[in-house]
Amino acid sequence: MSDLGDLYQQVILDHNRNPRNFRTVPGANRSAEGYNPLCGDRISLQVRVDDDVIADVGFQGSGCAISKAAASLMTAAVQGKTTADADKLFRSFHDMLTGGVDAPADPKSLGKLAAFAGVRAFPARVKCANLSWHTLRAALENRAELVTTESASD
Amino acid sequence: MLDTATLRPDFPILSRKEHGHRLVYLDNAATSQKPRQVLDAIVHYYSSHNANVHRGAYALAVEATEAYEAARTTVARFVNAWAREGVVFTRGTTESINLVAASWGRTHVKAGDTVVVTAMDHHSNIVPWQLLCQEKRATLRMVEITEDGRVDLSDYGRALEAKPKIVAFPYVSNSLGTVNPAAQLAQLAHAAGAVVVVDGAQSTPHLRVDVQALDCDFYALSGHKMLAPMGSGALVAKPALLEAMPPYHGGGEMIERVWDDHSTWNKIPHKFEGGTPNVEAAVGLAAAIAYLEQLGMDRVAAHEQALARAAIERLTRIEGVTVYGPRDHRAGVVPFIYGDIHPHDLATILDRDGVCIRAGHHCTQPLMRRLGVAATARASFYIYNDVDDIDALVNALRKAGQLFGVVPA
Repeated sequence: MSDLGDLYQQVILDHNRNPRNFRTVPGANRSAEGYNPLCGDRISLQVRVDDDVIADVGFQGSGCAISKAAASLMTAAVQGKTTADADKLFRSFHDMLTGGVDAPADPKSLGKLAAFAGVRAFPARVKCANLSWHTLRAALENRAELVTTESASD
Repeated sequence: MLDTATLRPDFPILSRKEHGHRLVYLDNAATSQKPRQVLDAIVHYYSSHNANVHRGAYALAVEATEAYEAARTTVARFVNAWAREGVVFTRGTTESINLVAASWGRTHVKAGDTVVVTAMDHHSNIVPWQLLCQEKRATLRMVEITEDGRVDLSDYGRALEAKPKIVAFPYVSNSLGTVNPAAQLAQLAHAAGAVVVVDGAQSTPHLRVDVQALDCDFYALSGHKMLAPMGSGALVAKPALLEAMPPYHGGGEMIERVWDDHSTWNKIPHKFEGGTPNVEAAVGLAAAIAYLEQLGMDRVAAHEQALARAAIERLTRIEGVTVYGPRDHRAGVVPFIYGDIHPHDLATILDRDGVCIRAGHHCTQPLMRRLGVAATARASFYIYNDVDDIDALVNALRKAGQLFGVVPA
């Protein structure tokens, strides 16, 4: 049986309380809105992409600890990455939560994002952790429609 | 208080463990658990009497029809319906309200008309009216609520000045627990010339309901929140209104004669029950009503209100907890937030102690916007809950507070 401490790791509690990059992005040229109709989590994501590199990314909105910390840690993780690398990271992260084929052999290879490995044991919370990543993907693909956790294939 | 020690063994699910703990089920406003008397009634129906109703000339079909129609009489008596013909079986409150909107609403509401709902209505008593108003180019007017979570009677009065065709409101709010002065609201709406639709999803399981005393026109109820199976429910209506309304669903059973190009309709309530009905649900609902009547609805109400009072008293003593809704005139629904801990996180943490609460917008997004929150946590009580369950809730909340190091929002 998984413990609550596996889900609410210190790094998650910290990023929930003090989210990083919780701001608008000057000169943003990509943006998307994400929404989890189940619990009302809402995220507004702004990205500045220069020459296919994520030069800056920030988010605003409200949500549970898992969704807020996931958004915060995501912005830190993809900063400076190419969009292709960010997408690769998304697939690893996503599959770590769902047990998919792209799950990393060792979650530690994902750095601080490994803190979310415990979410896998809480199926009701996987959508919370993935919301910001789905929203990032929509922003990078320049899709205008609202991303909801119900339309994402979790 | 009810004797929960005697009641609890009737509910098989309450003996299961959740994460090694006793199951503390506090999400009764979403759905109730079912006693074995209801489960047995369903099994007995299928084991002994199952056949299609209203058509067979053989004994089994007659028995199935009798069981189904006896359930209708039981529901009629339980809410003091105008007549048993005024009880239409539906899948629940949502379908009942959609039936009224689609049948009475589409016949009577015209462009420029007004339909009134309240800001504390469940989506099921908002969206059917939005669909109707969009189709008819009518106006949907939402009545505001007061700071302490009641229908704002002065705004209600202003809304009635538009002479609305329909006024719809909940008897009891699923998000706040408010018990609305339904008879008074109905009287005011009638004086303005409106037809009154009462959402009874949260009142029928918890209060003694008398639709004739309320003097509404339509009353919608769900069985699954009152010990009965999911997919059971009814629309209770004044028979004269049903007589004059066009059918809702076309199909078998609801017709009298079918010609190549037109049909004539069966008598009420069958006119609104196209297709093979959910006999199991009706039989289960009747068994649930028998269970509740044996306890007595006044005692049920008193039990839940005592639990709600105790829960509010205990919760408000925890620093950082805010409870929503009025202090009095409330049912056993207790919505709250705890500091800046998101309700979704609370629900996950409490679940680890076997405590099931609801977290979210409770299908009342317009209300949540007015409360200025995206979500609340909600504990809601029923007959099998007791003070031990409140202890479990409070203890689990303290754990959540420790884990998150609560800072009041």
